[in-house]
This record gives sequence, C-alpha cells and structure tokens, in this order.
Amino acid sequence: MPSTPASISRRNALKCLAYGGAGTLFTLVGGVLVPSDLAYGAGTAPARSKGVPLFVQISDTHIGFSKDANPDVTGTLGRAIELINAMPERPGLVIHTGDITHLSKSAEFDTAALLLSTLKVLEVHTTPGEHDVADATGSEYFRRYGKASDNRGYYSFDYQGVHFVGLINVLNFKPGGLGALGSEQLAWLDQDLRGRSSSTPIVVFAHMPMWTVYEPWGWGTADADQAMGYLRRFGSVTVLNGHIHQIVQKVEGHITFHTARSTAYPQPSPGTGPGPGPLKVSAEQLPAMLGVSSVTLRRHPSVLALDDRTLT
Amino acid sequence: MSQTTSRANQFSSGPRTIQSAPFRRLAWNLAGLLVLSAAQACFPAVGTAPSATVTAVAVSIKDFAFSPQTLTVPSGTTVTWTNLDDEPHSVRGADAQIRSDALDQHESYSVRFEKPGTYKYGCSLHPKMSGTIVVQ
Repeated sequence: MPSTPASISRRNALKCLAYGGAGTLFTLVGGVLVPSDLAYGAGTAPARSKGVPLFVQISDTHIGFSKDANPDVTGTLGRAIELINAMPERPGLVIHTGDITHLSKSAEFDTAALLLSTLKVLEVHTTPGEHDVADATGSEYFRRYGKASDNRGYYSFDYQGVHFVGLINVLNFKPGGLGALGSEQLAWLDQDLRGRSSSTPIVVFAHMPMWTVYEPWGWGTADADQAMGYLRRFGSVTVLNGHIHQIVQKVEGHITFHTARSTAYPQPSPGTGPGPGPLKVSAEQLPAMLGVSSVTLRRHPSVLALDDRTLT
Repeated sequence: MSQTTSRANQFSSGPRTIQSAPFRRLAWNLAGLLVLSAAQACFPAVGTAPSATVTAVAVSIKDFAFSPQTLTVPSGTTVTWTNLDDEPHSVRGADAQIRSDALDQHESYSVRFEKPGTYKYGCSLHPKMSGTIVVQ
C-alpha cells in the first residue's frame, strides 16, 4: 500500500477527537489508523463508515459488578452489543481487552460468555484483565479462553492482511510495581514479529496500558519499552488497551496508543481521588462515559477517512 | 487408698505418732494430685499456668492501602484482612500460604502465622499496594 503524507493531519485529527463521545472509530488509511468518534449514549445510529470496519474493541465489561457507579453492567454491555450489531457494515471481529468479569467468579464468566455470544461477528478475541485472574489459582479465565494461546495468555493471528498480537500483562505483579510482560513473552514477541514485512499493519492488544499513563496508580507496563522496540520498524502499529476506563491516546512515530472506555463504569482521571476505583456519575451522564471503539480498514489509501461524530 | 492405708498400717507397727502422720499427709497430697490431674484433663483451664493464647489481629484494606501497612505479631496469631473499599482487592504473598481469592467489599480472608519471619504481600489487582506481616 503506498504511504500517504497523512501523519500531520492524522495528529490533528487525533487531538480533535481525543475527547471521544462514547467510542472511537479507527480508519486504517494506507496502513495508518485514523480515529473518529462513535456516538453511544445519545442513541444516534453510527454514521455510515467509509470503509468496512475491521474490528470493534470492547473493554472492562466487569460482569459481576453491582454498586452505585452502575447497578446494571449486563444491561450496559447489552447496549454496547446492540450498537455493534446495528452497525450498517459489521466488523468481522470483536476484541475484548480484559476485565471481562469483576471477581473472576465462574457465574460471572458464564454470564459474560452468554452475552458475548449474541455478537453478530465471526470471532471474539480476548486478553485477560487483572479482575479476570483474581481467583486464588488464576485458572478460571484460562479454562474458558485459554485455548487460543495454549494457556499462555499471549498469541497472534492474521485477519484481512493485518497482524494481530494479543499480549498479557496482568500476571506476576510485584508488590509496589506496574503490569509486566515477562522475558518469556517478550522473547516470543520478538520471534513472532521477525521476518514480517514492515508494511504489515500491526494491532497489539493487552489489558494494562503499554505506556505509563499514571505511575502512582500502576497505570503502565514495566517492560513495555522492550516490546515497543520490536514494533518500531513497522509502518503502522496500533496498541489497544483497557484498564483505565477512559480514553487516553498517544502517538509516537508510527505507533498509536489508545485506551478504551469501559462498558461498565468510568474511573477518575489520573490523580483525582484516593485511587482508580469506580467513579459515580449521574444517570444522565453515564452513557456518555461508556462505549466501544471501531477500527476500519480503508482500501483506498489516498483518501484520508475521517468521520466527525457528535459528542454526547 | 487401700495401698496407702496398708503402708500406714505397716508403719504403724513402729512409732506411730511420728511416721504415720507425714505419710497420711503424703497420701492426701497424692490423692489431691490425682484429682487435679483428672480435673486438668477435663477442664484444662483449671489451675493451669497461662500459656501463649491464640490471638486474632485485623488488617483493613481501605483507600487502596493495607492498614496497618506493617504489622508485627507473635507466632500463632491469625491475621484477618477485610476489604472496606468498593473496589475488589486480593491478598497475595510469595507463595500459597498467603493467597486469597478476589475480595469484594466487606469480604475477609484469614491466615494463621506459626513460623517467625517477614511476610511481604500485595494485591493482585493493584500492583502498587503492599504490606508486611512480621511474625516474632
């Protein structure tokens, strides 16, 4: 795909759209991903995209949570699924960037699986959040979703010419530290990317942010830099994370980092309050702080596809 | 008793007033000890010297912190963690001795510490949290 002089415009676009209504639509143009908003809470139908959506990212569904910040997380996940199913051109994949459940309980995984099975997509890919491996043996998540990665938690696959890499950074926390990938996973990543053409678009998905968003709350991955080192040579890299229940974006050369909203409840912005717990907002505000992110692959790379959506 | 009596009789053949009385006292002491031992077997608290009692100590998990962060306890103490936050937390140490499930708000987890040492632990959901139990 010929490269386009899109980087400056893309950055401006990113700035404008960083506020995000209820979700983010990414358009891949010439191997470069461009985000645009996807309204959610206002009930407006998503405008017709200029390309076929490649996949939708959902995150932090926290099935099992039932407190003030949202007493109906299954309801809000259901609405997110309805939104995806109602897209005029549906994506083939959904990627869940973790915290599927709230307490790693078997019944919570059951409910989540039931809901996710109503998605009218070809495949659902997942990576666990720390809330998914919080049972004493950390085995419940792998019992249900471990197959894709042979129970290691990390794996890769190809779809529509894009190389997807699922990483796990919520195991083996050291007290006082951040998320971590570990040397075994990093060695695997190095090997997995080796020999691939640098024009292959790469999508990396993992639960904890792969850059340090806010260190005092553990919002980062201690050894992510090494992973980014392997990724830097590629022309288009999109890193999708969850965990922080709000959209934060960063662009570094050809790498776009993006964290998703939760479908369950928002969290405070970094440093406001005692810690990264549920943030209670009014019932009217809540839908605007929940959402999904859609990524679209444009087949006509010479046109910059930007969809301006109404903020809710 | 009969044995004791027969001995008393044995001694009573000698100078009675000097030897039988102390022996009778011994006999009563022995009898008393037997009764006491029986009592101790049934009611251990009766007449026992105070031994190391089992104590229970609490750690609260509040505002994403363990409180107290460092806790010193004598060997044999049971430590109970209770989560007061509306966010789940867990209690995880270096091995399976300290390994809770995720604790929802108001849920508790207990560990009895026998072996003296320093036990560091954290929360598997929030890596910045840390605590220490010192067992003496």
